Amino acid sequence: MSDLICSDLCMTFTNPQTGGKVEALKDINFSLKQGELLSVLGPSGCGKTTLLNMVAGFINPTSGQLELGGKRIESPGVERGMVFQQGALFEWLPVARNVDFGLRMKKMDAEESEALVEKWLNIVGLAGFGDTPTYQLSGGMQQRVALARCLVNDPDLILMDEPLGALDALTREKMQSLILELWKETGKTIIIITHSVEEALLLGERLFVMAPRPGRIYKEYNLPFAEQGLTNSLRDIKQQADFGKVREEILTMIWDMEEEIMGNV
Amino acid sequence: MFEWLSTHRADISAVIILMLVAALATSIYFGLKDSHARRNDEVFGDPERTRGGWHWAVTGLSALMLIWFFFSWGMARAYFPSAANELCQVGKISEAMSPITARLPIGSRYYKSTTLVVRNSAQIDDLDVGLPEQVFNQTEQRSLRNVISQTRSVIAILSNPAQQDPETATQLAMVADDLDRLADRLRAGHDGLEPTAEALEQPRWGVESTEIPLLPITARGVLFDEVSAEVKTVAERFLKLRNFPPEAMGLIEKTMAEIAELKDAANNDTSWSESEQAERVKYVKAVERIFRRLDDGVIFPADALQGVNQGVENLYDAVGDAKGSLNVVDALFFPGEGVVKSRTICIEQGSARWLPKPTDVVAKFMKLANPDVENGGGYKGTTLLWVKWLPIADVVGFLIPDMLVDALPGGYGTHDSDGSFMPTYKDHLLSFAQGEVYLGSIPMLDGHIWDSLFRVIVAMGFGVLLGVPLGIYMGVSRFFKSFFDPLIELYRPVPPLAWAPLILTIFGIQDDGKIFLLFMVAFAIMVISARTGASGTQLSKIRASHSLGATNRQILRHVILPNALPEILTGVRIAIGVCWGTLVAAEMLAGTTGVGFIENVARTVSDYELIWVTILIMGLLGLMFDLIMRKVIDILIPWRGKG
Ligand SMILES: Nc1ncnc2c1ncn2[C@@H]1O[C@H](COP(=O)(O)OP(=O)(O)OP(=O)(O)O)[C@@H](O)[C@H]1O
Ligand SMILES: [Mg+2]
Repeated sequence: MSDLICSDLCMTFTNPQTGGKVEALKDINFSLKQGELLSVLGPSGCGKTTLLNMVAGFINPTSGQLELGGKRIESPGVERGMVFQQGALFEWLPVARNVDFGLRMKKMDAEESEALVEKWLNIVGLAGFGDTPTYQLSGGMQQRVALARCLVNDPDLILMDEPLGALDALTREKMQSLILELWKETGKTIIIITHSVEEALLLGERLFVMAPRPGRIYKEYNLPFAEQGLTNSLRDIKQQADFGKVREEILTMIWDMEEEIMGNV
Repeated sequence: MFEWLSTHRADISAVIILMLVAALATSIYFGLKDSHARRNDEVFGDPERTRGGWHWAVTGLSALMLIWFFFSWGMARAYFPSAANELCQVGKISEAMSPITARLPIGSRYYKSTTLVVRNSAQIDDLDVGLPEQVFNQTEQRSLRNVISQTRSVIAILSNPAQQDPETATQLAMVADDLDRLADRLRAGHDGLEPTAEALEQPRWGVESTEIPLLPITARGVLFDEVSAEVKTVAERFLKLRNFPPEAMGLIEKTMAEIAELKDAANNDTSWSESEQAERVKYVKAVERIFRRLDDGVIFPADALQGVNQGVENLYDAVGDAKGSLNVVDALFFPGEGVVKSRTICIEQGSARWLPKPTDVVAKFMKLANPDVENGGGYKGTTLLWVKWLPIADVVGFLIPDMLVDALPGGYGTHDSDGSFMPTYKDHLLSFAQGEVYLGSIPMLDGHIWDSLFRVIVAMGFGVLLGVPLGIYMGVSRFFKSFFDPLIELYRPVPPLAWAPLILTIFGIQDDGKIFLLFMVAFAIMVISARTGASGTQLSKIRASHSLGATNRQILRHVILPNALPEILTGVRIAIGVCWGTLVAAEMLAGTTGVGFIENVARTVSDYELIWVTILIMGLLGLMFDLIMRKVIDILIPWRGKG
């Protein structure tokens, strides 16, 4: 089993000019079982991206440790795929070459990788776009390419930092269904960061609400909506009374935090 | 064909100018119409707005060409082919007149006599005041004062019209009369005059790189020419005139005797100390010098010259009248100082002197471009741009060093006891490496332009091959950045030409020195652009590729390099431009081929046509480079600015 275990994680940034310290994260403890879908919410600057970057291995924690499947996380690795807010696609490559980037890097046989690319482009609904330059794609399509690029590598853990932040409401809803479908089909562990409370509720089997200064997990929820979303339409779920209740609760929570921050300034 | 083009240059430019005017007018018309039509459907600042608009390019180019034709007198030559010849005849009159006008207010503000009188009087006053009384005895002092006052009297007499030499007065009147007579002749017109056969056989203006034909080829020109000949004799007579009034003569003689006496005393009286005697001699000499200027009779009363002055004015008026329409042509189509006659030729003065006519430049270019070097084509024994057959063996000999063969096992052959020689395999290889084995020939470009291009291309090649990897490593590695940054930043700001003398000394004046100089330029630019490109890679892209399992090398090759490509290509574009500019300057310093070399020779012999030809060649080649690079950029990095 490749569970993600996070123990006593702290991250303090030091401003090299002023020497001032920012406690981006303090004493984070949680564990995520394989196949769980976690969404993370929180006001701006509470350390969500920092947490994700540490899981991805882009930055090392000041103290504490992260383990995936019993192995300590110290550097980026193929078993942890990342989807960035703005695609981070290679604009000089066409769609198919973007998707098979990881496969080419590990020198996979061309035919084999061709088939994989085909399969994933189909899944994300971009069949036939293989030769299109990425800069000719719309924002939603680019995000789907980024998703395919990450998934074709077959990572154990998928990390998404506001993957849908730049999309319009309709595309966003489609993408949310897509993510849920993928989650169901592949059974992968997913961490998704979002600014939208609704999205967090819909996608999060588990949900962390984080608070800033120092960055910490403020409240944790276990939610049924993601499970329901596999069968029901997302719009129906949003109409449910439970959904509305939790949403209001979290909104108030975050609202208060934001107010506190503003007040502090 | 070339002959025909050459002799009909003027007519050809006449047609071209008409076409240019038409192009200018229509392109402005279409441009305005187009702008008007599109005014409403485009937003200001939208880069798309700059697309199209070739008609404005036509407007600019045709306007430039017209300006060129105008200021080089190309228009004048096209439409008024004989005007310059006529102006040349007018120039002859001015030249003939110049000895007279130089003495009159017409040519130089003051009468020459006025200048002389004023200057001498001032100097006499100074001497009078500054008489060193301690070194002259009483008698001498009296004598000196006397000489000074007599000098003043001489000036007064010479300036007095009433006391003027009557003979001179009549002579001056005759000169004035002659000038009036010539003016009348000019006004009478040129009916019945005809150019000589010799004059008509002269090469036309601009053909055979001759300047303006000297002999008059039109009736009007003949009139000016003949008048100028007469003015010449009048001027000679005028120059010989002297004013010696009888009263002045007596006074001058008397004063001369006194000065001689004083001089004698100053030189020979030994009762004075050495320094005192030196001062005495100096003073007397100063007095004598001034007096000498008065006794040659070139001072006339101002009134006496009035007649001549008026005569000259009258003649100039008449010249103006006789020029008639030529005045307008001169003013409108001969910008600059116009045609000036000087000694044995008539020259174009002003912009036309340094700005050759476009058609002449083309003719010169044709001559250079002619690959037939034996028959006057090319330049200094080398074609401009042509093909030559290069033996492959030469290339092989150049590429394979002999030392490589030396290093092989075995020895070279020795002569046998019977005097025969059996070459070993190494002997065969050596002759191969030395380029002595015939391997056929390949066509190669050749000529001045190719030599220049070759230097730039080779230097750019090395610059890119070495500069890009270094720049990319500097963009990603602390060691490379910190180690090379100061080194490169230290040499880069030095203007390449400042290195030139050093590099030419080290490498010699052959290609390698110039190539190295250009390499230095290209290298620095490539390093900087590749570095900028590499360090500008988005962090998220790097992180994404790390997560996708790429190794550091793979990230360099597959992410950072393509990401830096736009900057690198922009760097190439800039580097080519700078190299090109540096090359031409480097070729001016040394060498025997290349476009810069041509320009350098042209400069030393003031061949303005050649200078302009080389300037145009350089400009056009630079433009070509840039257009090619723009196309390359469009093809290689279609994603530019869309990431
Ligand atoms: N490289 C860094 N150097 C210094 N401080 C940093 C750095 N990265 C993040 N921080 C600080 O750490 C805190 C958390 O940042 P982080 O980017 O994780 O917030 P976030 O929750 O992702 O916010 P948002 O929702 O706006 O993306 C912020 O106060 C930020 O200023
Ligand atoms: Mg963030």
